[in-house]
Amino acid sequence: MAGLNKSDFKNPVVNWIDTRLPLFTLMNKEYAVFPTPRNFNYLWNFGALASVALVLMIVTGIFLAMNYTPDGSMAFDSVERIMRDVNYGWLLRYAHANGASMFFLVVYVHIFRGLYYGSYKTPRELLWMLGVVILLLMMATAFMGYVLPWGQMSFWGATVITNLFSAFPVVGNAIVTWLWGGFAVGDPTLHRFFSLHYLLPFVIFAVVFLHVIALHITGSNNPLGIDVKSPQDTLPFHPYYTIKDSVGLCVFFLVWSFFIFFEPNFFANPDNYIPANPLQTPSEIVPEWYLLPFYAILRSVPNKLGGVLMMFGSILVLFVIPWLDTSPVRSAKFRPIWRALFWVLVASTIALGFVGAHRPEGWWVVLGRVATTYYFLHFLVLMPIVGKLERPLPLPESISRPVISRGGGPLPGGAPAKPMEKP
Amino acid sequence: MRAATTLALLGTLLAAAPALAQEEGKLPHVNWSFSGPFGTYDRAAAQRGFQIYKEVCSNCHSLKEAYYRDLEGIGLSAAQVKAIAASVTVPTIGDDGQPAERPALPSDHFKSPFPNEKAARAALNGALPPDLSVITLAREGGADYVYGVLTGYGEPPAGMKMGEGMNYNKMFPGHQIAMPQPLQPDQVTYADGTKATLDQEAHDVVTFLEYVANPHMEERKRIGVKVILFLAMLTGITYAVKRKVWSDVH
Ligand code: HEC
Ligand code: HEM
Repeated sequence: MAGLNKSDFKNPVVNWIDTRLPLFTLMNKEYAVFPTPRNFNYLWNFGALASVALVLMIVTGIFLAMNYTPDGSMAFDSVERIMRDVNYGWLLRYAHANGASMFFLVVYVHIFRGLYYGSYKTPRELLWMLGVVILLLMMATAFMGYVLPWGQMSFWGATVITNLFSAFPVVGNAIVTWLWGGFAVGDPTLHRFFSLHYLLPFVIFAVVFLHVIALHITGSNNPLGIDVKSPQDTLPFHPYYTIKDSVGLCVFFLVWSFFIFFEPNFFANPDNYIPANPLQTPSEIVPEWYLLPFYAILRSVPNKLGGVLMMFGSILVLFVIPWLDTSPVRSAKFRPIWRALFWVLVASTIALGFVGAHRPEGWWVVLGRVATTYYFLHFLVLMPIVGKLERPLPLPESISRPVISRGGGPLPGGAPAKPMEKP
Repeated sequence: MRAATTLALLGTLLAAAPALAQEEGKLPHVNWSFSGPFGTYDRAAAQRGFQIYKEVCSNCHSLKEAYYRDLEGIGLSAAQVKAIAASVTVPTIGDDGQPAERPALPSDHFKSPFPNEKAARAALNGALPPDLSVITLAREGGADYVYGVLTGYGEPPAGMKMGEGMNYNKMFPGHQIAMPQPLQPDQVTYADGTKATLDQEAHDVVTFLEYVANPHMEERKRIGVKVILFLAMLTGITYAVKRKVWSDVH
C-alpha cells in the first residue's frame, strides 16, 4: 500500500509536503469539499462553537496554570494574584470561568439539537455515544476545575460530590478515602484535581477527534432527518458552512465577551470568594448551574444510593437511546407527538435546574420528583412506545425538493454541479 | 440562587438578572458611580473611603490581597503612596539574620492588624473580622449589601434575645452581628470638606472596597466596549458575506 500521494497543488512546497504527508488533501477533503446537507439551520453551528470553546478553554487554562499554585494554603491567594498582578490575568480568568458556562450552554443546545432531529439514530449511534462520553468528561473536568480556586464552594462542593461514592456498599468509604488521598478533602485532593483538570481536556480533545471522524464517515444529519440522496442535496462545506459557522461564532463571542467584560461574576457563587474553611459549612452548597439538573435528580431520591444511581443513570441512559427509539423517522418535525414530548423534556430539565438551586423543601421536592420521573419516563418508556404507535407525517422526497419548491423557481444555474467541484 | 436565574436565561440569553430579594433585610439600592457598562470609580469618594478604612476598619480588618501601590488607582500620587506605605512598619530579616522591622514599600501588601486568626479572636471577644479584599464579591448583593450592613444597625425589635456581645443589624443574616457599629456620623473629618454623615461614610468606604475587590474594573469595561463594538461590526460583515455566498443557493 505504500506509495506517494498523488497531489496536484499549485504551490510547490505544499505539493512536496502533501505528496509525502497528505495533510492538505485531508483538510481539503474533510473541510473544504466535504459534501454537507444544504438545509442546515443555525442549530448546526453549535458543534463548531463547542470545538472553539474547547480550544479556548485549553489555551486560557494553560496560561492560568502558569500562575496558579495548587496548594491549600496558597491556591486562593494565587488566583487573586492572577486577577491583580498577572498582566491581563483578570481577562484570562474571567474568560476561562465564564468559558465553562459558555461551553456547557453550547453543548447542551448541541445535545438537544441531536435529540430533536434524531441525530442519535442509525447510522450515527457511535457518533452520539462518543458525544455522551464527551459530556461525562466535561462534567468531571468542570467539577474539578471549580475546586481549584479553593473557595468555600470549591471545598464544600468537592466534599459533597466525592462523598457520594460512600453510598456504594462495602467499598464506598474506601473509594472516598482513595479519591481524597486522605481522610478529608485537603491538599492531596487539590493537587490531584489540578493534575486531572489539566489532563482531561486533552482527553476530551481526543474524543472530539473521534467524534468528528465518526461524523465524517456517516455524514451529517439535517433538519429533515432524511438521508442525502443526490449531490443536489448537498453543498461543499467551504465556503457555505465555513461562513455560516463564522456568523454563529461571532454571535457566540459577543455573548461570551458580554459576560467577561461586563458581568464577569454573573455565574459565580459569592461564597467562592470566601477562602475554603473546613470548619464552617456554607448555609447552602450548590454546584454550578450546568450541573444543577443532575444535582436535583440526586436529591429527589430519598435513598442516598438510589439518588447516586439515578444521577449517573440520567446520563448513562443517553448511551442506549439509539436502541430505545423505535421510530424509523429521525426528525421530530415529522413526529407531532414526539415533538410535543421533546418540549416536555426540555421543560422538565429546566425545572430540574431550578429545583437543584433550591433547598429540598416543600413544593421543590414535589417538582423535583415529578420532573425526575418524567425524565426517565421520557427515555425508558415513551421513547419505545411512541415510536411504535405514532403515525409520522409524510416525509419529503429529498432534501433539495422542499428547498426548491419553497423558493418556487427552477434550479439556480450551476448549483447541482457545484458540490462536486473543487472550490 | 444566581444559578437558578441563569437557567431562566438559557432561553433569552441576555435578560438582565433580576435583583434577588434577600431573605434577610431588604437590600438598599444605592447609586454607585461604578455600576453600569460605563461606570467608573468616583476617585474622591474612593479616597475618602480609604481614609475611613485606614482610620476605622483597619483596626480590625485586613486587606491582604491589596498592595499600597493599588492606591494610585484611586488617584493618589506615587509620592503620596510612598509616604502612606512608609508610615507602616513590616517585619523583615535584618542583616544580622535576626527578625527586624522596616518601613513598608508601595509594593508591599497592606499590613494586617493581627498576625493571625487567634490573635484577632483573642482581641475581639472570639469574633473573627473577615479579610475585606474581595468582600463586595463575597456577599450576595455585593456593594449594596455591605452598605446595608454598615448602615443597618439599630435597636433590636422588642422581644428579640441578643447574644452576648452581639449587635442588632437589619441587613446581616440572622440580624445578630459581632461587629460593633463601626461608623457613626462625623466619625472622621474629611479633608475635602464633605459632610461625614453615616450614609456618606458608608458610601465612601464601600466605593473604596469595591475598588480593592476589582482594581481592573475600569480597564475591563473600557476594553469591553471596544471588543463588543468590534464584534458587532464583525458579525454584521460576516452576516453580509454569508448572505452573498448563499445567494446562489436559495
Ligand atoms: C472592632 C473591630 C471592627 C471594626 C473597627 C470593624 N469591623 Fe467589620 N467586622 C468585625 C467583626 C468581628 C466581624 C465579624 C462579624 C460576624 O461574623 O458576626 C466583622 C464583619 C464585617 C463584615 C462582614 C459582614 C458579613 O456579611 O459577614 C463587613 C462587610 C465589615 N465587617 C465591614 C467593616 C467596615 C467597612 C469597617 C470600617 C468602616 C469595619 N467593618 C470595622 C469587626 C470590626
Ligand atoms: C466537547 C464537546 C463537543 C464538541 C466539541 C462537539 C463537536 C461536534 C462537531 C464539530 C460536530 C459537527 C457539527 C455539527 O453537527 O454541529 C458534531 C456533531 C455531533 N455531535 Fe458533537 N460535540 C461535542 C459534544 C457532543 C455531545 C455531548 C453530544 C451528545 C451527547 C454530541 C452529539 C453529536 C451528534 C449526534 C453529532 C452529529 C449531529 C448531526 O450531524 O446532526 N456532541 N459535534
